[in-house]
Amino acid sequence: MNETITQLPGQPRMHTAIFGRRPQKALSAGVWYLILGFVSLLVVIPFIWMLSTSFKSANEVFSYPISWLPNQLRWENYVNAWKAAPFARYFFNSFFIAFAVTFGQLISCSLAAFAFARMNFKGKNFMFTLFLSTTMISTQVTLIPSFLVIKYLNWQDTYQGLIVPFLANAFGVFMIRQAFLSLPRELEDAAKLDGCSRLRFLWQIAIPLTRPVLSAQALFAFMGNWNSYLWPLVVTNRQEMRTLQIGLRYFVSQEGGTQWGVYMAAAVMVTIPVILFYFLVQKSFVEGIATTGIKR
Amino acid sequence: MNDSQTTLIKTNPFQSGWWRRWGEETFAAYAFLLPSILVFIIFTFFPVIFSIVASFLKWNLPYKASFTGVENYTSLINGPVTSPIFWQSVGNTFYFMLGIPINMILALFIAISLNRRLPGVAIFRTAFFLPTITSMAAVSVVWMWLYHPADYGLFNSLLIELGVPVQRWLRDPALAMPCLILMGVWHGMGYNIVIFLAGLQAIPRELYEVAEIDGAGTLAKFIYVTWPQLSPTTFYILVIGVINSLQAFTEIDVMTQGGPLNVTTTLAYYLYQEAFQYFRIGMGSSVAVILFILLLALTLLQFRGLESKVYYE
Repeated sequence: MNETITQLPGQPRMHTAIFGRRPQKALSAGVWYLILGFVSLLVVIPFIWMLSTSFKSANEVFSYPISWLPNQLRWENYVNAWKAAPFARYFFNSFFIAFAVTFGQLISCSLAAFAFARMNFKGKNFMFTLFLSTTMISTQVTLIPSFLVIKYLNWQDTYQGLIVPFLANAFGVFMIRQAFLSLPRELEDAAKLDGCSRLRFLWQIAIPLTRPVLSAQALFAFMGNWNSYLWPLVVTNRQEMRTLQIGLRYFVSQEGGTQWGVYMAAAVMVTIPVILFYFLVQKSFVEGIATTGIKR
Repeated sequence: MNDSQTTLIKTNPFQSGWWRRWGEETFAAYAFLLPSILVFIIFTFFPVIFSIVASFLKWNLPYKASFTGVENYTSLINGPVTSPIFWQSVGNTFYFMLGIPINMILALFIAISLNRRLPGVAIFRTAFFLPTITSMAAVSVVWMWLYHPADYGLFNSLLIELGVPVQRWLRDPALAMPCLILMGVWHGMGYNIVIFLAGLQAIPRELYEVAEIDGAGTLAKFIYVTWPQLSPTTFYILVIGVINSLQAFTEIDVMTQGGPLNVTTTLAYYLYQEAFQYFRIGMGSSVAVILFILLLALTLLQFRGLESKVYYE
């Protein structure tokens, strides 16, 4: 029925239905391109300015009137930034921590999700409510006691102190549980008949069949942890245990706030890997947000 | 299983009833839940209880804790030293939330404009989404450079072009918060655009077609179709926005450290200062409890809203 309506002559389609009738379409498209182009240019200007400044000499950085392009590409800001702070170590720390948290969360979330989706047990509803209730509790509220726990365990400035508190994620459990619920009952019955244990069913059948959900979850876990700030700020003191975000913050504040070419080079080094990664996985990332609404 | 074993199980009080029926599966299920439960107990449930208890203690590290009842709360509310900063931080927190409606209006307009099938739309969408995926710490450093108070700062050189005197931006008590809000809108908009786009694409086309037949123009269609249909999305974005601004921390710590003159000290930042700069664990915990109650109320509101979906077809 929709088909016949949309194909009637003179009837506007969805996009023209919002923005105007067909005769105006060409004109309005042109105007929209202009406006969108202008607004999106405004949005990317900070990135352009960051890149441009990162290639400028100190003299150029501090000259007025400003120039949008550096008069030559100087890489020494990057070399200086790399030498002035242990950025290689920061990269390793951020990567290692984000990877470990992602991997650990996938395991703990899949196990819990499997129990909630495919098993019957006493107290299931209560436990599920308890899990969901953790999503109402934010980092700030648990910050002081969690820090005292880490201090008590002597985990300050250690990788476990940066990883272990994040090894459970109720959102992840919820999303993966939804995926496991969609697996047909017969599949599990057949596997059971063949003598397949629960763990083996989870590992060899359930997880491979729900890969898209798991990889979206992995993506969120990784990005969220890579960008996290407050917790690593609080539990690290030694320079070699800092993550990229904290390292960048101290790099800028400790140098007295004058070498903006070098700072921008450091900012480029911190942002570019994430942007490149985003271009690689753009589709699943945007779809993941649109369907789940989860950012962190 | 032979007969003698069955009778044995039947007569054993510990092996009867639910244990026989549920035992193995319940045991296995809890084993599956165990990793998550352990982490939640140590880093979520225990901290919440601990925060509530500590909020009734006078506990300034490295000294020992002592019970003071509600003194932390009363000194936050009307104590001579702490209450001005506390109420200022409450005010700053709400001021900071001004970014939410600005963000939502801009994101909605951009999402509507992106919701058409024209070549190149993907490029625009990427551009708008770029700030959102970049870490707050990195973009804060970049925006500190944009807000540089000298004439070679990008914003100032723009003002000079326009014939307006240069500003001190983040160092000006009147401008520091608007500066943070502007950057927050820029950073968070991409996320809202994606959510709004998903909401727009879920609106059935027929509604627009029916409205067309009834002679509705662009504005009428927005008011009678798009806006009511989008209300669950809008509500969701609003609540997430409020929760995120209540927790905002990174940009404040990188760019202003709560200054100048405490104008950018929000509740979350005040909590951090009390606990991690002045080492007043009790005071910090009472701020945490206040923040906890605020966030809990908002999250419950969000669940309530999602349940009723705000708008029913």
